[in-house]
Amino acid sequence: MLGGLLDFHFMQNAYLAGTLVALLAGGAGYFVVLRGQSFAAHMLSQVGFPGAAAAVLLGFSPVLGLVAFCVAAALAIAWMGRDVEAGSRVESAAVGTILAFSLGLGLLFYHLYVGSAHGMFALLFGSVLGIGDRDVALTFAVVVASAAALAWAGRPLVFASVDPDVAEARGVPVRTLSAGFLLVLALAVAVTVQIVGTLLVFALLVAPGATALQLTARPLLGLAVSVALALAVTWLGLALAYFSDYPIGFLITSLAFGLYALVRASRAVRSWA
Amino acid sequence: MSPGSSAVALDRAAVRLDGRDVWRDATLQVGQGEFVAVLGPNGAGKSTLLKALLGLVPLSAGKAEVFGRPVRRGNPEIGYLPQRRRFDPDLRIRAADLVRLGLDGASWGVPTPSVAKRSRVADMIALVGASAYAQRAIGELSGGEQQRILIAQALVGGARMLLLDEPLDSLDLNNQQAISELIRGVCRAEGVTVLLVAHDVNPILPFIDRVVYVAGGHVLCGHPEEVIRTDTLTRLYGAPVEVLRTTDGRLVVVGLYEPVSHHADGH
Repeated sequence: MLGGLLDFHFMQNAYLAGTLVALLAGGAGYFVVLRGQSFAAHMLSQVGFPGAAAAVLLGFSPVLGLVAFCVAAALAIAWMGRDVEAGSRVESAAVGTILAFSLGLGLLFYHLYVGSAHGMFALLFGSVLGIGDRDVALTFAVVVASAAALAWAGRPLVFASVDPDVAEARGVPVRTLSAGFLLVLALAVAVTVQIVGTLLVFALLVAPGATALQLTARPLLGLAVSVALALAVTWLGLALAYFSDYPIGFLITSLAFGLYALVRASRAVRSWA
Repeated sequence: MSPGSSAVALDRAAVRLDGRDVWRDATLQVGQGEFVAVLGPNGAGKSTLLKALLGLVPLSAGKAEVFGRPVRRGNPEIGYLPQRRRFDPDLRIRAADLVRLGLDGASWGVPTPSVAKRSRVADMIALVGASAYAQRAIGELSGGEQQRILIAQALVGGARMLLLDEPLDSLDLNNQQAISELIRGVCRAEGVTVLLVAHDVNPILPFIDRVVYVAGGHVLCGHPEEVIRTDTLTRLYGAPVEVLRTTDGRLVVVGLYEPVSHHADGH
């Protein structure tokens, strides 16, 4: 039965791009959850939408608008939260304000845009079955660069995430690292969003990391579990979508949510028993 | 004491924050291996003194040296416990991994497995008596257990000096006693210099070699018998303080307790 799954080129590309995005989102997502920045990740995965709409309206490539808006939002969060720990109240208030404004801008550009709404829909919910070879190559480049940056800065980033005061005293540039992490996240999201859509990027950025952190408190193992879960739900979701009529975004988010709910429930039962 | 042998040397040092002198004209020396209590009212600049030695707060005047060299950020010779609340109960990182961050958490690059580093971490955890719970998530541990793990983290990189900002705060009496003795043991057995900011001096009173007191914009240094006296402490805190001697000869400081409020000291 699975023999037919990879017969078509578009499915091969969907699996390639999906795998790459899952690798990156699963890895970066571990840090997102550890740092308590799920809401910032949510904002970053949505904020590109008005950017792309603005670019289309002005006659530029949507990628340009995506990158510009994501990077601007990341810098704004880094600056507004410069004196506080990642994931603090001040940061989440700033994130919420920027997110609401960006959705308002999205509404404006949608209103001004006279063309078909299909492009907007693709941006929000992805068009993973319509991925070209150039998209795969671009995704590959972004994933390799971001993964290398995260691997290189991984230890200081964990240190700065769990114990910022001591990390700073030991010479870790905590604020620069915080801004750098958001920037890498913004670039990665900007490029992957146009391929798999806002919904999938956000789902893969939070649920696997959150599930992994429930399962283990070892950093390296947690990172590996997060990546493995992101890959598993992406592969399974793509296969289910191929053999059924349901949208991929729904299937992958449901799988991710189901795993998280299962792990939370089993931990609750164990601590209660 | 010759300047070359001192662990901390301040020479007419001053710190200015938000346009105001926190303290100035601070001149003092702390010898290597000494156990020093840093006392003073809330907001006087005790935490700022530790941060100045860490290079986190710049001096506006004067000089500060640690082990004969100018202060610099990221000095591996110093282990630091910041003033803090407890770790978030949801923080999902093992206590042993937190200790490991004290060893190579500031290094860039892809981590590689190292038997030597693992055994160094295990040794430090054993030294502070935390082996039983080092594999659990830090957020699940009690205040006293977290404090032991943090002392292991501060020492694991080979620190020769510990800067401890109210490490006994929020611990119960038994743990205050136990952590004080642990710190004293590290100080004596390993020759580690300890500067400990204390809100309540009683748990460490039997151990201290020297007192640094920060009050009214000044930083002064003295021997315990000169400072731990009713008249000196009353003047220092600007509030009535009494030093009593128990029947077995120990000193007890009474009346030092201000209304609990730490916000002013959080620079």
